[in-house]
Amino acid sequence: MARPRVYKTEAIVLKGARMGEADKLLTLYTPHLGLLKAVAKGVCRTRSKMGGHLELLTHSTLMLAQGRNLDIITQCETISSFLPLRADLWRTSCALYAAELVDLLAAENVENRPLFRLLLDTLERLCQAGDGELTLRYFELHLMDYLGYRPELGRCLGCGSELEPVTNLFSPSAGGVLCPHCSQGQPPGRPLSLNALKMMRLLQRGDYATASRVKLRPELASELEGSLRGYITYLLEREVRSAAWLDRLRREASQKGTHPGLEG
Amino acid sequence: MDIGFVPTAQPVGRLIEELNKLPGIGPKSAQRLAYFLLRMSADEARSLAEAILAVKERVILCSECQNITESDPCLICRGDGRDGTTICVVEEPLDILALERTRGYKGLYHVLHGAISPADGVGPDELKIKELLSRLQGRPVAEVILATNPNLEGEATAMYLKGLIAPLGVRVTRLARGLPFGGDLEYADEVTLSRAIEGRQEA
Repeated sequence: MARPRVYKTEAIVLKGARMGEADKLLTLYTPHLGLLKAVAKGVCRTRSKMGGHLELLTHSTLMLAQGRNLDIITQCETISSFLPLRADLWRTSCALYAAELVDLLAAENVENRPLFRLLLDTLERLCQAGDGELTLRYFELHLMDYLGYRPELGRCLGCGSELEPVTNLFSPSAGGVLCPHCSQGQPPGRPLSLNALKMMRLLQRGDYATASRVKLRPELASELEGSLRGYITYLLEREVRSAAWLDRLRREASQKGTHPGLEG
Repeated sequence: MDIGFVPTAQPVGRLIEELNKLPGIGPKSAQRLAYFLLRMSADEARSLAEAILAVKERVILCSECQNITESDPCLICRGDGRDGTTICVVEEPLDILALERTRGYKGLYHVLHGAISPADGVGPDELKIKELLSRLQGRPVAEVILATNPNLEGEATAMYLKGLIAPLGVRVTRLARGLPFGGDLEYADEVTLSRAIEGRQEA
């Protein structure tokens, strides 16, 4: 989409890299321009009027001016800075993971309003109580959906027959689930228990209110996490870096017999 | 025939290549700098080269606070009149200079050399956190001041450190966050303002 010389947009700040003396190169996600890279001048100075409005994971209204290569942010105002999320290490980390996924998978200059809405809702949901795990799984499944990678969870991708209530195979390369018969001789995937399949279907159907009320056993939670991570890693052909950090926080909390989202 | 080939003396080409590796220096700036250096007097050039070598050869990390130093332990860690029971944790060596300019702090420092940034692959193992924890073992440290930057990564690092240090029975404090001196209230963002209200003091 062609943009005017000076334009206004909403944006969520996904990433910031220092540039020069006190500038930052920001990666933003916007409703009608998709991923957008823009320069924020002087925001590293403590007296910067824009700095606080352009921190990571802030939802702001921006005014931008077209530059030669990169657009330059001229004005900004916070819409929401998701305060409860910032007060907690685990929630902050979950939100950074969501931001990294959008940064890695979404496209520049492609309008994707549902995806913007999803990211915004996810940040708001991470501000609420709970361990955040189902919020992330919901986010992952719908992110796949809006980007055209929706995994098939109803029928076997080998023979097309409806999936039986048994342990099937979740195959990233096939893009969904294979029945036990078709999974023989296929490239490796992960066994997907019936409960995990049902939970994925529930999340994929899109009723967050119902899905988020489900209490998952830790084994089932980590099975879901593992299957979806396998799929995302396959699509990206690399690991998601923040996922390793989430693993570490989970590991350190489990040594104390708890979950990082339920501490403190 | 290679049109892209620029005929220049081999040492000059090498210098251009090396300068080009510096941040913010593109191929054209590298050429300009190289030809400037070429016209420098031999003394000036030698002094520049020696300065670069000295940085690499003589500067080390202080085994105590991890600050860059010429002698180990560094001047601050050895300094008389320094309060050894307080450690101020900062992200970068330059932050120490900023804090020292205030002349208001008399304790010791600890440099992390970065902040937790999951998407860049920077976790606790990439920072000098192990060194900080071992400094706290068996020493009479009463307070750790977390002076990481007041941005998302700095806050995450501070929260993570608090979780590690608080169980040791050491008081953990965070630098106050509020309105900058010389600022303007109407431009303040909601995070800063809400913290300024929380942290208000008797006038």
